[in-house]
Amino acid sequence: MMKRKLLLIASLFTLCAGLFAKGDTYIYDYWGKMEKSPDAYRVSHVVYADDLKLEKGLKNPSSLFAKGNMLYVADTDNSRILQLEYTPQKTLELRRVIDHVNANGTGELETLNLPEDVFIGKDNSIYIADTKNGRVIRLDQDLNIIQVLKEPNDPTYEEGKDFLPTKVVADSKGRVYISARNINKGFMKYEYDGTFQGFFGANEVVYNWTDMIWKKLSTQAQKEKMVLFVPVEYSNCYIDKEGFIYAVTKTFEEWDLKSDSAKPIRRLNALGKDILVKNAVNLPIGDVEWGDAAGIKNPSKFTDITVLDDEVYITVDESRGRIFAYDNQGYLLFAFGGRGNVDGFFRQPSSIEHIEKDLFVLDSQNASITVFTPTDYGSLIYKATEQFACGEYDASAETWAKVLDYNGNYDLAYIGLGKSCLRQNKYKEAMDYFKTKRDRRDYSKAFKYYRKEWIEANIGWMVVVIIILVVVSFVRKIVKKIKWELDSL
Amino acid sequence: MSYITRKISKLGKKETYVHFLNTLRYALYVILHPADGYWDLIHAKRGSYSAANFIVIMTLLVHVWKLHFASFIVQPNVNWEEINVLMEFAKILLPLAIFCICNWGVTTLFDGKGHLGDIYMGTAYALTPYTLIQIPIIILSNVVTIEESAFYSVFNAISFVWIGMLIFMAIMMIHSYSFAKTLLFVIFTAFGMLVFIFIMLLFFSMISQGVAYFVSLGREVVFRLN
Repeated sequence: MMKRKLLLIASLFTLCAGLFAKGDTYIYDYWGKMEKSPDAYRVSHVVYADDLKLEKGLKNPSSLFAKGNMLYVADTDNSRILQLEYTPQKTLELRRVIDHVNANGTGELETLNLPEDVFIGKDNSIYIADTKNGRVIRLDQDLNIIQVLKEPNDPTYEEGKDFLPTKVVADSKGRVYISARNINKGFMKYEYDGTFQGFFGANEVVYNWTDMIWKKLSTQAQKEKMVLFVPVEYSNCYIDKEGFIYAVTKTFEEWDLKSDSAKPIRRLNALGKDILVKNAVNLPIGDVEWGDAAGIKNPSKFTDITVLDDEVYITVDESRGRIFAYDNQGYLLFAFGGRGNVDGFFRQPSSIEHIEKDLFVLDSQNASITVFTPTDYGSLIYKATEQFACGEYDASAETWAKVLDYNGNYDLAYIGLGKSCLRQNKYKEAMDYFKTKRDRRDYSKAFKYYRKEWIEANIGWMVVVIIILVVVSFVRKIVKKIKWELDSL
Repeated sequence: MSYITRKISKLGKKETYVHFLNTLRYALYVILHPADGYWDLIHAKRGSYSAANFIVIMTLLVHVWKLHFASFIVQPNVNWEEINVLMEFAKILLPLAIFCICNWGVTTLFDGKGHLGDIYMGTAYALTPYTLIQIPIIILSNVVTIEESAFYSVFNAISFVWIGMLIFMAIMMIHSYSFAKTLLFVIFTAFGMLVFIFIMLLFFSMISQGVAYFVSLGREVVFRLN
């Protein structure tokens, strides 16, 4: 009897352990060391094709796009686009399957050929990167083709290769940015009327003195052979609500990462320049320690990025299957996930999207969509960053204090508390918070005010001391002189 | 034995301390007038080993004080909790020792006039600016903001450049070399130091391999006997 009871308890424990299994959420501290943290997101459920009542399973799906509460999936190898609805009950339901489009005017049906991306514009028109057909099509709500973007006829475009558009975004004015396979000059930018305007967001050419010496030593023919630009191929992009394009790239050299010349995550302005803010010590490059676990020792390679409303950007890394969330200052909020077959782990994550704060991750090899919902801890972090961004410093300090209850190692909470102390003119306290987490810039700011306050408070006796010193030395001199004169008499 | 008792008996006398203080004070003259300062340091016996040792010990202490007390504004990458004080001492003492030995070894072959002790004394006296400059700027670093920390870095750089110049002058005066010859032998010494370190590494790895061989042989024997 006793034995059975014990067994029951033991089995209950194992069950519970399975149900509330802790993922491995972590952050990096000032020294670039991994610090475990509570889970910021938990797996709500994993959606497969049969959960959506589809007859044919997903096959190598490559992209997700969310607008409103609609989630679009580019089911590449089945040559179709799925439109799903994210219901208030937090389930995904199939609304529409797009596998045919109406050619303009004629009423003729055209099929898609291995589409790799889908995008919904401001005016609700659907952009599809119809990859194997070598075009990007723009459809209205009834799937009539409004516009076809084809291979450009332009001197800057190198012809002779297949035109394979893989990713597409459009801004509010209808300008379209396409990233295509084998094109390494950045995004291809099309005007709203479909004319090719040029490349966008190419790497800047940076000269250094070794290049200069080589240039000086080489002949004319050699100079012509030298590459005139640094190639970049963007693997994915996201256009935020302000119209900036967040792009991720996998083409960089490992050793460029730590010196910030690789820039795997970029925020491109209208000129195609990277304006991502990097105020944290650890650059937004995903994993800072690469290690050699399970034979993976390469840095994080981002496949997709999504930007929440408060400029928190979340990326997914294919080398370790991890998800990284950064705030608008470049601080790592949390990282979680991994490679594996358990729910919450991925075999080959290819895309990430969000509806409000819930995350969707598409696994192209597992043919599934994992839905994540934030935990209390994750929601608190979001709340605190939002409150601070809109100026509610007292409230944000309270929220950060709650975050610290969950995780005493959370650097950003200390810095957040310090910042709100600073705004409330509590300089000494602010300095202590910043010093704990070695935030030099903010510490300096607090210290400057503190020093000013201290000098103002203590200027009285300091002046008195200085006057006394001057007077004493003066008197001593006079006394010495008198003494000398008396002696020499 | 008599050497030690003689030394200890000297400790009771007042002249010992006066001599120590005089030779130590002479360091201030040397760093400001390196040319005749170093000449007199060796040839007129104005320096002493006790003062040289004192300066080296001060350098070690100041180096550790700097790591502990200087603000994190000026040295963001120093993690005090992970510092091994003995390692920090070794970071100064080993290069100092290797430099003295290599410089002596190289210059002896090319009619350098200095003894090993002279070279040590000269190099130790050259470290004086480190103590003199670092202590004030450690205090300064605690009252500056990040923009003003440029003052700290400038003075920090000055202390090292000054030491470099003093060492150069020390070699020139101690061995009575010309300027060009000194430059050449500084380069030779640097090269010699690399060779020295390489041979030391080789030696220690060989020794550890040899020891490991006999240890495993012994283990094997014990294992067989059981």
